Amino acid sequence: MADLRCTIAGVKSPNPFWLASAPPTDKAYNVVRAFRAGWGGVVWKTLGEDPPIVNVSSRYGAVHFRGHRMAGFNNIELITDRTLEVNLREITQVKRDWPDRAMVVSLMVPCEEASWQAILARVEATGADGVELNFGCPHGMSERGMGSAVGQVPEYIEMVTRWCKQHTRMPVFVKLTPNVTNILAPARAAVAGGADAVSLINTINSITAVDLDRMAPEPVVNGKGAHGGYCGPAVKPIALCMVAEIARDPDCAGVPISGIGGIETWRDAAEFMALGAGSVQVCTAAMHYGFKIVEDMNDGLANWMDDKGYATLDGFRGAAVGNYTDWGKLDMNYDIKARISDELCIGCGLCHIACEDTSHQAIRFTQDAGKRRFTVIDADCVGCNLCMHVCPVEGCITMEEVSEGRPYLTWAAHPKNPQNLKAAE
Amino acid sequence: MGEGADIRGGRLPAAAYDENFADLQPPLARQEAVVEAARCYFCYDAPCVQACPTGIDIPSFIRKIQTGNLKGSALDILEANIMGGTCARVCPTEVLCEEACVRTVQEGKPVRIGRLQRYATDALFATGIQPFSRAASTGRRIAVVGAGPAGLACAHALARRGHDVVVFERRAKAGGLNEHGIAAYKMANDFAAREVAFILGIGGIELHLGQALGRELTLDALRRDHDAVFLGVGLGTTNRLGLAGEELEGVLDAVDFIEELRQSPDKATLPVGRHIVVIGGGNTAIDIAVQTKRLGAETVTLVYRRGAGEMGATGHEQEIAQLNGVLIRHWARPVTLEAAGGRVAGVTFEHTRLDAGGRLEGTGERFTLAADQVFKAIGQKLLADELAGSGLAIEAGKLRVDDELRTSLDGVWAGGDAVAGQDLTVAAVEDGKRAARSIDRALGN
Ligand SMILES: Cc1cc2nc3c(=O)[nH]c(=O)nc-3n(C[C@H](O)[C@H](O)[C@H](O)COP(=O)(O)OP(=O)(O)OC[C@H]3O[C@@H](n4cnc5c(N)ncnc54)[C@H](O)[C@@H]3O)c2cc1C
Ligand SMILES: Cc1cc2nc3c(=O)[nH]c(=O)nc-3n(C[C@H](O)[C@H](O)[C@H](O)COP(=O)(O)O)c2cc1C
Ligand code: SF4
Repeated sequence: MADLRCTIAGVKSPNPFWLASAPPTDKAYNVVRAFRAGWGGVVWKTLGEDPPIVNVSSRYGAVHFRGHRMAGFNNIELITDRTLEVNLREITQVKRDWPDRAMVVSLMVPCEEASWQAILARVEATGADGVELNFGCPHGMSERGMGSAVGQVPEYIEMVTRWCKQHTRMPVFVKLTPNVTNILAPARAAVAGGADAVSLINTINSITAVDLDRMAPEPVVNGKGAHGGYCGPAVKPIALCMVAEIARDPDCAGVPISGIGGIETWRDAAEFMALGAGSVQVCTAAMHYGFKIVEDMNDGLANWMDDKGYATLDGFRGAAVGNYTDWGKLDMNYDIKARISDELCIGCGLCHIACEDTSHQAIRFTQDAGKRRFTVIDADCVGCNLCMHVCPVEGCITMEEVSEGRPYLTWAAHPKNPQNLKAAE
Repeated sequence: MGEGADIRGGRLPAAAYDENFADLQPPLARQEAVVEAARCYFCYDAPCVQACPTGIDIPSFIRKIQTGNLKGSALDILEANIMGGTCARVCPTEVLCEEACVRTVQEGKPVRIGRLQRYATDALFATGIQPFSRAASTGRRIAVVGAGPAGLACAHALARRGHDVVVFERRAKAGGLNEHGIAAYKMANDFAAREVAFILGIGGIELHLGQALGRELTLDALRRDHDAVFLGVGLGTTNRLGLAGEELEGVLDAVDFIEELRQSPDKATLPVGRHIVVIGGGNTAIDIAVQTKRLGAETVTLVYRRGAGEMGATGHEQEIAQLNGVLIRHWARPVTLEAAGGRVAGVTFEHTRLDAGGRLEGTGERFTLAADQVFKAIGQKLLADELAGSGLAIEAGKLRVDDELRTSLDGVWAGGDAVAGQDLTVAAVEDGKRAARSIDRALGN
């Protein structure tokens, strides 16, 4: 059986599945239930200075996609609404009772060295394994000069990270906001400031929907709405890309990454780890289904690792990073054509109309003896694989390689590249 | 076969009747409808559309359910089929649109098109909106005989085009078999009457009840007084067994009994036998069997002379019968109606099989089923007497029409059960719609 033990920035946990800093990690009651269910660690719901903040209601919006609930989720909650004293007392107790689980404490205080110094000392006293600096929260806190207001200014990230490294012996995770044009700027700043790891992504600025009766963005708070933070399955592709950017960046120098964003299953987690994440964090999926989902995450990952022959997480961690490249380095000679299985085809015609109306008119529609047939015209098929994506039957449309052994050819060397045309003149 | 038949009403506790004659399939809730609608692949040139006799744009109306555009959805349906509400309840979708659904091919589970169609049309009817209006008056006057699906669909389409329509209906109520024939639990909550009101709501349609062609009216007079005539008279009579004793008390016509059942407001008052035998294999046989069972009959045995595969009733209908505790016996035909005390007491059947040439033959073995009531459900046919002397050509027992539904008489169109084709509500509606188009063209519009 594969060994799921995880170490990231010196923080150990029995498996790589942590709960992200959010309502599931808001208090001892939840965290103890999570540990009982099998979660490897938690990032405690973000602590701030007293007096605690006050939340509004409602707090959540959601994107329900064609009958599937919560394909995307959004919130306008702030950091913990309980006193520092109560939180620290509970953290101490839980860490004492569950010594093998990772206990990282998320923090957000004003951008002053004294504030950070003071809170770090108190957290250190709880026995926690690390801290996570919340530079990501996109709403409410940023208006007070915290959260993403800091996370969007690389100089602030570097400065606060450096303060924290000076004032604590605990590993420092810096949680990044995706609400920037290039994730490398804040990531590099965190590394420059001495961060032991980065966590990403936090939530994305969003309005999930507009209530067309009340003419207000959702979630609606007494007739008005504010932008909130988007998360859940819909954000995974964005999060994966940001994680991969950092993982392959020489300037980020292999900084450990705690991957977050839309993770629901062991497979999602494996993808994040293949792109360089050392551990993963989950919020929305736990809020949707409860803590029990970790059971499948644990044994699903282990079974997959066994199948593939990976004994430990290091066996595949970062394994896909080397294959994440730029468009300019792709092989222009690689060629694939769509193949439609007559046997599996149910005759819906979606491949035909997609290619006909919006692509390359490469799927012919004929009817013989009442049987609807769809045939690919190889000469016109460009191998975009739109048809494969629209086909509702798994395995019915596949893409066959027809490159015929031509050599790897990048755009730089391609004869149609204007640079080369000029050179040829 | 005991003395004295046991036939009475009130076999069940009062509350059971409401339950037994409520919607066979309850309407979908919003969430269910949205999830079901999401199963539709939005096929290109969709096979389901081709399988619907009225050609409803099914993927389109389903997509509109998904987006919450329920009015648009209902109009997609009603534009193609003004009785989309009834059809949603009564169409044998398992041999129409849902059979063609690519999900049937893929996984044996079609998108439940009929139920979604009901969801969309119910939503429109609940608003009370009348979405149709009439074109400017053409001054033309058209007679429609019969206020069933064919006649009403024709009348509505003509009224929309600005013609004035006069509908003559023999019965005291409009709706045809929607109101008098289809099983009660398919048309719960007086749906037939509500739909008729919706159809007439467009205006321009005068309805004359209690007026029958061949009784108060002659075809000559109708043709003389109108610019065109449409005959949607359905099938006025039923086939006979051709056995001695067919007139015995207790030997009943299924269609007549269902009509009585549909028209009785309190089902508990309807006398029904304790032991029932039904003869036939079509949907009417299934309907009478299930409805007598639901009225409280203790045993209902349906006997059909061929196998399950040859039954006119679809597999789904047969299943409904079995779920309701109806015993279906195949390969037997009635040979004697047994009498006792001047009324029917049972039926003797002979087992059947196919001979070497594929023809049905008796095996000589017999069995007798005791019965308080025997229902004949062996098919309906055109009531030719009413049309006698009108000069209308009749072919294979139906009014002869061409591909535009024109009869052999100039200016007279016909459709629905009275002409060749599938005897289904949806087919009757399509005939009415197509005849209206042809009439409109003939009148030079
Ligand atoms: C018991 C039973 C159950 C059925 N169940 C289903 C089902 O579940 N699904 C389905 O799709 N189909 C079903 N059908 C078939 C369906 O009801 C018919 O195909 C459909 O009603 C035909 O429509 P129509 O307008 O041609 O005739 P009808 O519905 O029969 O309407 C004809 C109308 O014309 C009137 N009329 C007749 N003669 C005259 C005259 N001389 N003068 C004036 N008016 C006249 C009649 O009173 C009647 O109102 C069923 C039929 C029966 C008998
Ligand atoms: C209701 C809610 C509250 C959150 N509160 C915090 C918080 O206090 N601190 C923080 O760093 N992130 C917070 N987050 C962000 C999550 O930790 C996580 O980064 C984000 O939800 C993406 O992961 P997911 O797609 O698994 O939900 C919150 C998210 C939600 C849904
Ligand atoms: S791969 Fe693209 S171009 Fe080729 S048949 Fe499919 S949709 Fe058309």
